[in-house]
Amino acid sequence: MKLKGQEATLDDLDWQILRLLQENAKQTYAEIGSQLNVAHSTVYDRIKKMEEQGFIKKYEAVVDPEKIGLPHITAQMTITTDPKETERIAKKLTKFSQVLEVSASFSEQIVVIAKVVAQDQAEMHSFIAKSIAPLPGVLRIRTAIVTNMYKEERFCLKPRENAAKKRNNL
Amino acid sequence: MTVSSSKVLRNVLREEAFYFFTSIGNYTGQSAASLEEFLQKIKDIDNKSLEFHLFREDFEKWISQTLGDNKLADEIKILRGQKVVGNALRDRLYFIVSRRLKELKSPSFPR
Repeated sequence: MKLKGQEATLDDLDWQILRLLQENAKQTYAEIGSQLNVAHSTVYDRIKKMEEQGFIKKYEAVVDPEKIGLPHITAQMTITTDPKETERIAKKLTKFSQVLEVSASFSEQIVVIAKVVAQDQAEMHSFIAKSIAPLPGVLRIRTAIVTNMYKEERFCLKPRENAAKKRNNL
Repeated sequence: MTVSSSKVLRNVLREEAFYFFTSIGNYTGQSAASLEEFLQKIKDIDNKSLEFHLFREDFEKWISQTLGDNKLADEIKILRGQKVVGNALRDRLYFIVSRRLKELKSPSFPR
């Protein structure tokens, strides 16, 4: 890992470690090191640096709400906004615990897209009607309730095979 | 208990306004912050929205709990029981609300 002024960059080993952590963040330093043919202390140092530099934001357990018996529904909400209020609306949405993701997009109109969860349809509607619709600058809301989820992953690094082979002199 | 017209006819806060949806989570962009504005909005709002809110009891809840007019809420409850839909629903709802509005605005009604 190099530091260019304030800006840090990742080398091949860092990328390999990140990829392995994304697959399983509970692996030990030794397990990661043995897969990459480096010492566990090297893995430890690299991970600590990447945490400090903000390349690794956090580690979290991904809970399956259905397995733990928590009834819920998920919806994708598209809010058409007054352009002057878009950022304010997006920031406000981030404050609600029911809102899991917020992003803004520009197609024909500026819209804010949010992923929302609630216990049931009644709670979902009540939240949108009482907390979202009254926000200044909300022009229209379209909500699609998710009926089937086929894939749900976060951004994941691809293996960099050439870099690994090069480092291992293969 | 007699209701005061000034209370029912007042403009409510933005958070207390009535927001018109066509289905769960689908907001039309139309809202009403007073009974007068509510009457204007039901003239043009999508029939689907009127049906959605009537059968969820949203109209009678807002009129009773936010505006404080139980008499009008009861009239809408009766309308709900009659299972009227489409333009017939719009016409009936408009008639009921405009009649009550006229009554509330009459000089003889308690302020």
